[in-house]
Amino acid sequence: MDEEYDVIVLGTGLTECILSGLLSVEGKKVLHMDRNDYYGGDSASLNLTQLYRQFRPDQAAPAELGRDRDYAVDLVPKFIIASGELTKILVHTDVTRYLEFKQIAGSFVYRDGKISKVPSTEMEAVKSPLMGLFEKRRAKKFFEFLQGWRDDDPATHQGLNLDNDSMKTVYEKFGLEPGTQDFIGHAMALYLDDDYITKPARPTYDRIILYTSSMARYGKSPYIYPLYGLGELPQSFARLSAIYGGTYMLDKSIDKIVTNSDGKFVGVTSGGETVKAKQVIGDPSYFSGSDDGKVRVLEEGKVVRAICLLKHPIPGTDDSDSCQIIIPQNQVNRRNDIYVAMVSSTHNVCAKDIYVAIVSTIVETDKPELEIRPGLALLGPIYDKFVSITPIYTPTSSGKEDNVFITRSYDATSHFETVVEDVQDVWKRVTGTDLVLKKREVEVQE
Amino acid sequence: MSKQYQFKLVLLGESAVGKSSLVLRFVKDQFDDYRESTIGAAFLTQTVTLDDQTTVKFEIWDTAGQERYKSLAPMYYRNANCAVVVYDITQSASLEKARTWIRELQRQADPSIVIALCGNKLDLAARRQVSQEEAKKYADEEGLMWTETSAKTGEGVTEIFTAIAQKLPLTAPSATRAVGAGRAGPGARPGVDLNKQPGTQGQPDACNC
Ligand SMILES: Nc1nc2c(ncn2[C@@H]2O[C@H](COP(=O)(O)OP(=O)(O)O)[C@@H](O)[C@H]2O)c(=O)[nH]1
Ligand SMILES: [Mg+2]
Repeated sequence: MDEEYDVIVLGTGLTECILSGLLSVEGKKVLHMDRNDYYGGDSASLNLTQLYRQFRPDQAAPAELGRDRDYAVDLVPKFIIASGELTKILVHTDVTRYLEFKQIAGSFVYRDGKISKVPSTEMEAVKSPLMGLFEKRRAKKFFEFLQGWRDDDPATHQGLNLDNDSMKTVYEKFGLEPGTQDFIGHAMALYLDDDYITKPARPTYDRIILYTSSMARYGKSPYIYPLYGLGELPQSFARLSAIYGGTYMLDKSIDKIVTNSDGKFVGVTSGGETVKAKQVIGDPSYFSGSDDGKVRVLEEGKVVRAICLLKHPIPGTDDSDSCQIIIPQNQVNRRNDIYVAMVSSTHNVCAKDIYVAIVSTIVETDKPELEIRPGLALLGPIYDKFVSITPIYTPTSSGKEDNVFITRSYDATSHFETVVEDVQDVWKRVTGTDLVLKKREVEVQE
Repeated sequence: MSKQYQFKLVLLGESAVGKSSLVLRFVKDQFDDYRESTIGAAFLTQTVTLDDQTTVKFEIWDTAGQERYKSLAPMYYRNANCAVVVYDITQSASLEKARTWIRELQRQADPSIVIALCGNKLDLAARRQVSQEEAKKYADEEGLMWTETSAKTGEGVTEIFTAIAQKLPLTAPSATRAVGAGRAGPGARPGVDLNKQPGTQGQPDACNC
């Protein structure tokens, strides 16, 4: 391998694959490697054998679960917001031709021991059991205010300024109760904690509008999901990269990140050979050990995730074949929300009559498994459970000095918006320009 | 009533045996001795007319070079209705590789997949290392279609794709393979189309009746 590349990418997680796809389309010569013999890194979907190998090395998958190949169990529970940034990238790059999507059937929120559908329009809010009669009227006014807001029309502002006034002020203006604030802030604006309340209202407004417009797009929930699991997403971007000349090598252990005397990136050593490139991009796991004494990634916190195999839909969800349930932190005396994400054979991720639910939250104590109990309690009998506690890493530097560009770990949010933010951020660090999505020139023959 | 079927066809085989060249010959009737890799062309379609009632549209997936370092994704095999596994008749090792790919297909792909084994570079028959008897015997044992082609001269190329097209509608249940039925199979909830503009799909009519 005496070829020299523009960029070496390490790890085939979604963030890295989107980046290598986009870089290849730009004409960069990309070499993409992964230590695993499968695509997806931390955002992979595993078949049964891979799942048991990872979590129970000395136990084979039980035969009653059915065929290995019917399974694609996500390691990280996330859904795609229908009108969000990832959807834009999927459409602009045309990788949608490799993928097929289905809706997630429902979005629920936990309140006072029960779960209810998240109302997303004033119509639904009026019917929701989440609110009493007077609160419904107030909530209706609040939603009408949001839907009617026009930046250039002060008459729609009702005396509020989204850029200066806090969300607290907005809630107070409409007299919304704390429980209502909980589902608006957590189940619609999808905040993981309550820090947003004292900050300017604008981002919360944007998030609620994203939620309601996504909801309006396909009807049942604001989320869509790729058939055969989230692991299809990195695969589709890897294919895009390969079509534009990207070279792919799986099952390659990375022995060393080579730097010169100035600490600048030179190449990557794998299997005794060093491949040179101008830049390297990689997920944090490739940089946690340090060959030159440099600390390149820091732990920001941990996420606990429990992958649960069920033999029934989640109680109280109208037998939904897929759903999200949010347990707002206030409801269970925590700082961070607990999420449940469930998919099933409708999405071709498991055998018929099996349901895969992942319960997750940001770790707050030294007993993370106890922290997700309120989520587990919603599931009914659990056939099998695989728990992981994963550090969330963030890079210590921008990479501009040493040409080493590190992505972030997958966080606890329930969607891919922060993944796209990371893609945009790394793109800017690597290329020095903002990521502008151009329509890809495709060759389609009829 | 005329019928159009749509099938996913994947190419497999060692690097440089002529997979991309076969596609280029079939779809565009072109050949290029010094073609770079498959840039921008790894998703092509071509329609074969069987008779005035029936057409078969192939959605052709080329490997885009991902076969080189064992890095073809499961997505590649997924829902493939047919596969053309290519070897180079001037390289006996390439038939060995073809056998490995066929085992991989039997492991990863749908059991009903139609597989054609294809010995390419027939124009170089003077340098032949793989005899017709050997390849044909193997194909018969495994129940594969078999032929020899030259992407360079075009010999045998249309024929192999037409033969596959003729075999497919018979083996595939038409309800799941006819155009418009979707890849998810019968009875499944229809998927969503991201390319449609917001509000045009899955929306109940705005009527309160
Ligand atoms: N003589 C001859 N050369 C061929 C034929 N098919 C492909 N080639 C050449 O073989 C090389 C590899 O072809 P390519 O289609 O890129 O192979 P792939 O890696 O399997 O996609 C190229 O130089 C082609 O021009 C053929 O039928 N006859
Ligand atoms: Mg090729």
